Amino acid sequence: MPGIQRRGWASYLALAAILLGAEPNPAFAQQPTDVTVFAAASLKDAFAAVGDALGQRRPALAVHFNFAGSQQLAFQLDQGARADVFASADQRWMQTVRNSGLIVGTPSVFARNRLVVITPAANPGRVDRLQDLRRHGLKLVLAAEAVPAGKYSREALGRLAGGPGFGADYLTQVLRNVVSQEENVKAVVTKVQLGEADAGMVYVSDVTPAVRRGVRVIEIPDEYNVVATYPIAVLRSAAEPAAARAFMEFVLSPDGQVLLARHGLLPAEAQAVAPSGPKR
Amino acid sequence: MLSWRGLQWRLLTGVAAALFFALLVLPIVALLVRVPLGTLVARLGEPLVLQALRLSLETSLAAAAIVVSLGTPVAWLLATREFRGKRVLEALVDLPMVLPPTVAGVGLLLAFGRTGLAGRGLSAFGITIPFTTTAVVLAEAFIAAPFFVGAAAAGFREVERRYLDAAATLRASPATVFFRVMLPLALPSVLAGATMSWARALGEFGATITFAGNLPGVTQTMPLAVYVALQTDVEAAIALSVLLVVLSFTVLLVVRALPLAPATLLRAGREPR
Repeated sequence: MPGIQRRGWASYLALAAILLGAEPNPAFAQQPTDVTVFAAASLKDAFAAVGDALGQRRPALAVHFNFAGSQQLAFQLDQGARADVFASADQRWMQTVRNSGLIVGTPSVFARNRLVVITPAANPGRVDRLQDLRRHGLKLVLAAEAVPAGKYSREALGRLAGGPGFGADYLTQVLRNVVSQEENVKAVVTKVQLGEADAGMVYVSDVTPAVRRGVRVIEIPDEYNVVATYPIAVLRSAAEPAAARAFMEFVLSPDGQVLLARHGLLPAEAQAVAPSGPKR
Repeated sequence: MLSWRGLQWRLLTGVAAALFFALLVLPIVALLVRVPLGTLVARLGEPLVLQALRLSLETSLAAAAIVVSLGTPVAWLLATREFRGKRVLEALVDLPMVLPPTVAGVGLLLAFGRTGLAGRGLSAFGITIPFTTTAVVLAEAFIAAPFFVGAAAAGFREVERRYLDAAATLRASPATVFFRVMLPLALPSVLAGATMSWARALGEFGATITFAGNLPGVTQTMPLAVYVALQTDVEAAIALSVLLVVLSFTVLLVVRALPLAPATLLRAGREPR
């Protein structure tokens, strides 16, 4: 029955058309140059603002983001994911990517961050001081150890253990209260915001105005706090290295730094305190 | 005679099938050949792996038990009764199968979380579910349920009406009809459904990590352990993956070995017990 056979053909052709059609055709794209940025989850709000500002200034650039835990981004890049820029929340994962020969030049530190402890606004675990984190039965959520925020959190807790009034077993007791190790710092924020965790350790920049409404913040004194350093680099797989560099340069520029500061990140250089005038 | 069109057709279906299996089989083969067998076995003996394996087996079996005991009446209802809104109910039962598991996890949090719809009441009694092994079981049961209910309902539908009627005329109570006639006749489908839902529970990831979190020994099942290990210890991740592949494939083979047409038993002259 030729009719049936023809229909068979047609459906295969239709299928093939769908499969091939799914690939965007660059020949039609007299559109903006795409810049794909792989960025640490903690940069989400800050980089979204940076992307918008850059897009306004240079309409020829279309910036896209992939936000996730830095460890996950490093893994994706290692496995051949194509991107133009990598911004990590710690030096460790930038170094991993660098060791794999995936970046161009040397990474530049563009921001720093501090940790805070957050609890739900209702404070179900009655956490008022950092000492309370050790209380038996408390539900504490941290980022996993492979996540930069998770590594920093454990470091800070270790430093606190050396502080007066904490006790040497502070770290062990606090870690015993960990009920979940999240895959990125934003997941920690969510679990606290939803009121499921009694406390969590996140970056100060994660406490955005929207988050602040649902949480209470407990500061960690500077002498015990860990300063997170954020390096950025252009990737070897960048399709348009010039566009990738433009993004990176904007992040490092005074205007970019102001935007980052507005989203709670500290300027790249320790001396430059005023957000309006970081030397770059 | 094989016509030109016939030849074309064979060629086309052959190529399509080959591509299909390449897509399906290559990732599996890639997993199997990446790490030498000796290393694999050694890695599987590590405490973290054993812990995840044990947790996975326990939670998935518990989830399957819940699904079977609560899902059987639902399957029976869907198979034997007609009522308004049945279509809606059927769609609802199937929903977890197509829902992104992360969405299921968020839903579970909003329902059974400390501040959730039902969770608020529970926490008044000092019961909190998120971040516990119970949460893992709930997440797995939620996701795996349709696999059982669908198969069991199909099995119940296959049972010929006259056997049930015959039992009823012999004054068998509804419970007797169900347990002595319906269930034995539909048993292969019920077992297949139970096994499938167990296998699905074993592979659950998204709802678990969202609702139950990720803590070794408490909520970190094998799929979560694979995901976490992938970023720090690829070899361990592969070892765990291979274990999951072998387990899941064995389960599917076993399901296929079950005699799936109970009605044929009857036709061959055997009477239901």
